[in-house]
Amino acid sequence: MSTAAEAGSAEVSRAERIEYLLRLADTSLVAGQRLGELLGHGPTLEEDLALGNISLDLIGQARLLLALAGRIEDKGRDEDALAFRRDAPQFRNMSLAEQPNEDFAATIVRQCLLDAWQLETYESLTGSREEALADIAHKAVKECRYHWRFSAGWLVRLGDGTEESHARVSAALGALWRFTDELLTPDALDAHMAVCGIGPAPGLIRERWDARVSAVLAEAKLQKPPHQHYPWHGKRGVHSEHLGHLLTEMQFLPRTYPGVTW
Amino acid sequence: MNEDWVLYEVFIRSRSGLEHKHVGSLHAADARMAIEHARDAYTRRQEGVSIWVVPSSAIVASDPGEAEALFEPARDKVYRHPTFYAIPDEVKNI
Repeated sequence: MSTAAEAGSAEVSRAERIEYLLRLADTSLVAGQRLGELLGHGPTLEEDLALGNISLDLIGQARLLLALAGRIEDKGRDEDALAFRRDAPQFRNMSLAEQPNEDFAATIVRQCLLDAWQLETYESLTGSREEALADIAHKAVKECRYHWRFSAGWLVRLGDGTEESHARVSAALGALWRFTDELLTPDALDAHMAVCGIGPAPGLIRERWDARVSAVLAEAKLQKPPHQHYPWHGKRGVHSEHLGHLLTEMQFLPRTYPGVTW
Repeated sequence: MNEDWVLYEVFIRSRSGLEHKHVGSLHAADARMAIEHARDAYTRRQEGVSIWVVPSSAIVASDPGEAEALFEPARDKVYRHPTFYAIPDEVKNI
């Protein structure tokens, strides 16, 4: 690397800023859509409302982040264009977010692992040099604190519950754990964002996430699975088969009736 | 509804300085979950700043059969109403 490039290493391009925002935005959007699938299917009316509220929080975060990415891009794409007129390879969500609901235990484990990551990430982003992102993080972190309270409470209830609830939540934890490496291992873009003062310092999120999740797993009487390297990276646009199906459903209406309103 | 879940009565304080008011009831497995359910069911449109939940079984209610003895004697005692006094404009929430 030349000296000039090194001197400019703290500079950040428009494309990098957008790419980083899409990781956050798409993770919220896809997780929100997943929870939205459960509307009317929650185990009780009260849980239905709770999951729906969390879904709307997440979609609200996505909306603000996508709108910001659209403004930085400056090519006339608003949050709707970004949400509904991109295909799966253009999505930058963490692979964990797109994993299907399967059963209530799988939903709770996915949300728990993701909520801990979002909470620590937004907490850290409140100090971001990207000021509009810091503003969004201030709002999001309050929502994420509640999401974590909800999902962690359920994880303990299920893990330390009946034989069946323990078995189901253990199975879900085993199946979803491999997706956590992506959340916690910074790639080149994450590292660059840290250097630029936009993203969290490398290693910070892993340390805090690990402490948070380990404590709740212990309380839930659940064994922490061994570390697994994950070969795919949703945040680089390499997704599991599930995202395509999710987007087909989410994007159907605006793609079939462009510009439709109600 | 799961039969293990208990009925809770929910009380919401809409603003600081006001009292908690009964708003409804819901089911939950424990008190923590009852607070979360109350938050999601009753404060999602900014209705509150504080929540109380009480197991419905802990509420002692008056007997409708005793309504006459309990409430009728107050009927002819209009002088107990504060309508004979002018309330200063500065006093709110009475």
